[in-house]
Amino acid sequence: MTAVTGPRAQDARYWLASHRGPILAAALFLAMFAVFVTEHPAGLSGNVVNTAANKGALLALVAVAQTIPVLTAGLDLSVGSVFVMTNCLASTVVTGTPREVGLGVALVVVVGVACGALNGLVVVVGRLQPIIATLATGAMYQGIALWLRPAPGGEIDEDFADFVTGSLGDVIPFSIVVLIAAVVVIWVPYRRSVLGRAAYAIGSSEQAAYMSGVPIARAKFLAYVLAGLFAALAGLLLTCVTYSGEANALLGGSYTLSSIAAVVVGGTSLYGGSGGAIGTIFGAFVLRTIGDLLFVFDIDPLSQPLFLGVVLLISVSLGSFRLLRVKKRLDLYR
Amino acid sequence: MTPLLRMEGISKHYGGVRALEGARLACARGRIHAVLGENGAGKSTLIKVLAGVVQPDAGTIELAGEPIALPDPAAASRAGIVSVFQELSLLPDLSVADNIGIVDPPRMWHRTWGPIDRRAQRRRAEAALARVGAGDIHPLAQVRDLPLSRRQMVEIAKALARDPKLLLLDEATSALTAADVASVFRVLRQLRDDGLAIVFISHRMQEIAELADDCSVYRNGCHVASFPAGSKTSGEIIEMMIGREHESVFPPRPGRASSERPALAVKNLSWAGRLRNIDLEIRPGEVVGLGGLDGQGQRDLLLALFGALTGVTGSVAVHGVPVTLSSPQRTRLPGGGIALIPEDRKTEGLMLPMSVRENLSFAAIDQFSRFGWIDRRAEEAAIASMIRLLGIRADGIDGPVAALSGGNQQKVVIGKWLMTRPQIILLNDPTRGIDVGTKQELYRLLRELADGRAALLFYSTDYDELIGCCDRVLILYDGAIVNVLEGDALTEHNIVASAHNLTAAGAAGAPP
Amino acid sequence: MTARVLAGRIDRALAAAIGCIVVLLVAGALYDRNFLSADYLLQQLQVASFLGIIATGVMLVVLLGHIDLSIPWVVTIGGMMSTAAAGHQGWAGALAIPFAIACGLGIGIANGIGVAYLRVPSMIFTLATNAIAQGLMVVHTSGFAPQDHATPAMHFLAVERSILGIPNAVWVWAAIGAATVVLLGRTRFGRRIYAIGNSERAVFLSRVNVRLVVVACFAISGACSAFAGVLLAGYSTKAYQAMGDPYLLPAIAAVVLGGTSILGGRGSYLGTIAGVVLVTLLQSILSIVQMPEAGRQVIYGAVVILMLLVYGRSAKVVS
Repeated sequence: MTAVTGPRAQDARYWLASHRGPILAAALFLAMFAVFVTEHPAGLSGNVVNTAANKGALLALVAVAQTIPVLTAGLDLSVGSVFVMTNCLASTVVTGTPREVGLGVALVVVVGVACGALNGLVVVVGRLQPIIATLATGAMYQGIALWLRPAPGGEIDEDFADFVTGSLGDVIPFSIVVLIAAVVVIWVPYRRSVLGRAAYAIGSSEQAAYMSGVPIARAKFLAYVLAGLFAALAGLLLTCVTYSGEANALLGGSYTLSSIAAVVVGGTSLYGGSGGAIGTIFGAFVLRTIGDLLFVFDIDPLSQPLFLGVVLLISVSLGSFRLLRVKKRLDLYR
Repeated sequence: MTPLLRMEGISKHYGGVRALEGARLACARGRIHAVLGENGAGKSTLIKVLAGVVQPDAGTIELAGEPIALPDPAAASRAGIVSVFQELSLLPDLSVADNIGIVDPPRMWHRTWGPIDRRAQRRRAEAALARVGAGDIHPLAQVRDLPLSRRQMVEIAKALARDPKLLLLDEATSALTAADVASVFRVLRQLRDDGLAIVFISHRMQEIAELADDCSVYRNGCHVASFPAGSKTSGEIIEMMIGREHESVFPPRPGRASSERPALAVKNLSWAGRLRNIDLEIRPGEVVGLGGLDGQGQRDLLLALFGALTGVTGSVAVHGVPVTLSSPQRTRLPGGGIALIPEDRKTEGLMLPMSVRENLSFAAIDQFSRFGWIDRRAEEAAIASMIRLLGIRADGIDGPVAALSGGNQQKVVIGKWLMTRPQIILLNDPTRGIDVGTKQELYRLLRELADGRAALLFYSTDYDELIGCCDRVLILYDGAIVNVLEGDALTEHNIVASAHNLTAAGAAGAPP
Repeated sequence: MTARVLAGRIDRALAAAIGCIVVLLVAGALYDRNFLSADYLLQQLQVASFLGIIATGVMLVVLLGHIDLSIPWVVTIGGMMSTAAAGHQGWAGALAIPFAIACGLGIGIANGIGVAYLRVPSMIFTLATNAIAQGLMVVHTSGFAPQDHATPAMHFLAVERSILGIPNAVWVWAAIGAATVVLLGRTRFGRRIYAIGNSERAVFLSRVNVRLVVVACFAISGACSAFAGVLLAGYSTKAYQAMGDPYLLPAIAAVVLGGTSILGGRGSYLGTIAGVVLVTLLQSILSIVQMPEAGRQVIYGAVVILMLLVYGRSAKVVS
């Protein structure tokens, strides 16, 4: 420990180094959001913030679902389908007496967990590649969504929905509260648990994790289960936003793809082992804010997908600078 | 008193190759037990069996008098057996504290269900680091950012933090600085005095002399002898390690003193601090050996000469013509070029599921193709003659190469390169894991190639081979050539002594 | 020994796929007599040929051990660029098909550069180019359905039956398929594709320019997808938004069900043909029995998982 910096400053430096991804994503989001509210004709009104928050929270929850398998160097291409399917389910069961609403919410969550558990079984016990396995289970969940709701429609308890999508005291959007609650109640304990750390260990080096006696099968399984859980929360939130359910395959697909983008923008490595939900959440908000910015700057909304693509392409290509440090060319090849 | 650990009759075969044959090991509480042997003697396999990484084919393991099964590393860990490996078992993306506390971290609120108590974990990590004398490592640093020597200290601290009953150290000090070694040894002695049993592998004879209480010597997978440290001289120990059972027959060396222009001339070659100012010359018809302990830069040198490294400085000339080896493609030179028989034939030499034909003709495919179209007739003719030349025993050429024995696979790798008619052949431990008969054939082949005016640079971990095959042997230590042995000076004693960076006299005469 | 198992797996996959095809044919015939009529089967083959052309490119990429997720919008680009060029008079209209294929080729090359030179995981890089392709097409069409129509040449290739009453699309697929079989089996390039999928390191150490091979495969994949888009636009006389979306999962499923390892290095084009036919028949039979879309998706996903569990498992991690 050098005398100049002192132990505390040194701790901070290491903390910064290991949280660079989320911090950059957060800074990027805050900058973009600041520009957004100053340029927005209505300014920082509760309404503007609330709309932005609801859109961002939806993607953020799906992206957090994606993050956890990615940490284990896996992938879940079914998060979008689970999201759509739980949306369809919620538009059927979350209605009636408060008791029935409560049970309905519980059922939606349980179904999400079950989908995640099936993914986990196929990947851990079936030893299939996560990409192809979740692509296939995703088709199944999409089918179930269609079965639940062949045509768009359904309903959700309006009081519940208005409460979830409203704002606390017209200032703090409740969807943000839901998001923060999910992080505090699920993500933080998970991150601090042995199995949560095992997910990082597996993604970092499955070989070394095995040698160190890390419970690999259990940790991978739990990662997919949690992905199902977060996707279900997102599906529930979507139902509250739209007051209905729709088995929209295109929506599911675009959320799956955007979730991967948010994971990358939020500083989580697709090779696993580093990153986390906090960065992902900011990554999701960054992606959503790009669209909003294009809107306030009066740029043709039709260019929005193009901009999103370019941002994604640039952000994933930035990692290539590490190649300049590789000394053993052989190491570039698998 | 029963020893803490007793292993009896441990055997392990990989395919047709034996790694261990009826090996035994016993060590007592409060003793440091050194395991000695040449490269490939089976020491590491023995340790891996104890760590639960390798499952033996036969044999029993008893811990404190009770038979015990070790199906996986977690089981070994639960039994109190903790190992520090040469290949690091650290998690590069996690912090030092997380690595040290990976298995059984301190928890908040509840012993099994509570979340990880990060403060307690950090304190524990700091204590463990301080104990091994690595207090300079910050517990929040990411392991991937640490240099190799610091990582190894973390690895040792991680092992100690688990409160082992039996500690296994496999070349655990190979990357450490002298100061680190001293402090690690201090801790190990302390642990021994506290009643721990320690099993210790090292190639550095001084370390063994300094630390060990007991020694066991292994050779070719078999236990040779166990004795208290200090009862044998290092000369006697080296004799035991080498053994006198080798009957390898090497083809005669023509022993011509050529003054020809060298086929390969390397001047002042350095790379990333791991190769230092290498000078060497090989004339056509010469076989030059690379010796020394494993991992002293020999493999990197071969890769550098094959264009597989970036940032190599120094100059290389082939038959007097300077060449820039910036990629393997650049080793395709007029008149034949350079060939590399790589280290790991399964991942670097062969495409295992593909056929013998596809593997054999892969590097020389340009010779049989016009505009990318393969002339299968010409290909088959060339393959048939290569199979005859090398005596490859295969069930047809369209079966997968993975179905061949290790020796025949290695012949396919060599054949693949001979088909390109190289002028310079770099060989990276080509006889590892193949049977004695095939080895003899390979020795003959190397000499034939040399007689055909190729220049060979031959790295082997088997000293016998270096002596039998090579005209000259360069000994590497820490990335530099520390000695050149030829003629009468080319003996096992001298190789072992130079490899350990001892003087020849010291190895023979000094007491352990 | 392990290799025998591997070799056995390829055959087993092909045999399993053909077995499933037979079962589907029998089941279809039992349900409806017309199912086995030449006309109906030819129509199935015609539909299969679009998927088959896409799967050809996907297979090459998967053989390398990579994946191409830019299929959906490259297909759409193929359709839209060909119809857009068709709107021009004279030589621009005549060049509609090559122009569309060149666009796909360009995106494929971009994918290849990202994967081979920048070493970005293929999954994420092709995802990004897919998003960019989508963005470009949304800008191009201003979000509306394009008003352009397919050229007569496109219609001819996709719909008409000129020789032996067999749809031209099937002939086109047959030609591409034959070229691929030759490419994979008889050329240096084909050898290198399989070799890279098995061990990139060994190929690099055999003095091969690995990156060039990777770029070429992605380029072919882009060109195949765009060409399939051209045919699809010819088939339905115009291009439309998201016309490629229903082809990503079936193409990957067809390749994998045909016995090509998703990890690369193993697989035969014969298997891919079987996989394409299998997927097409499965889809058609599910629609014939008036299985609702919901059930179709579930059965579809379940069949893929089950078949993979039979022969697509990866090795267990030990030591």
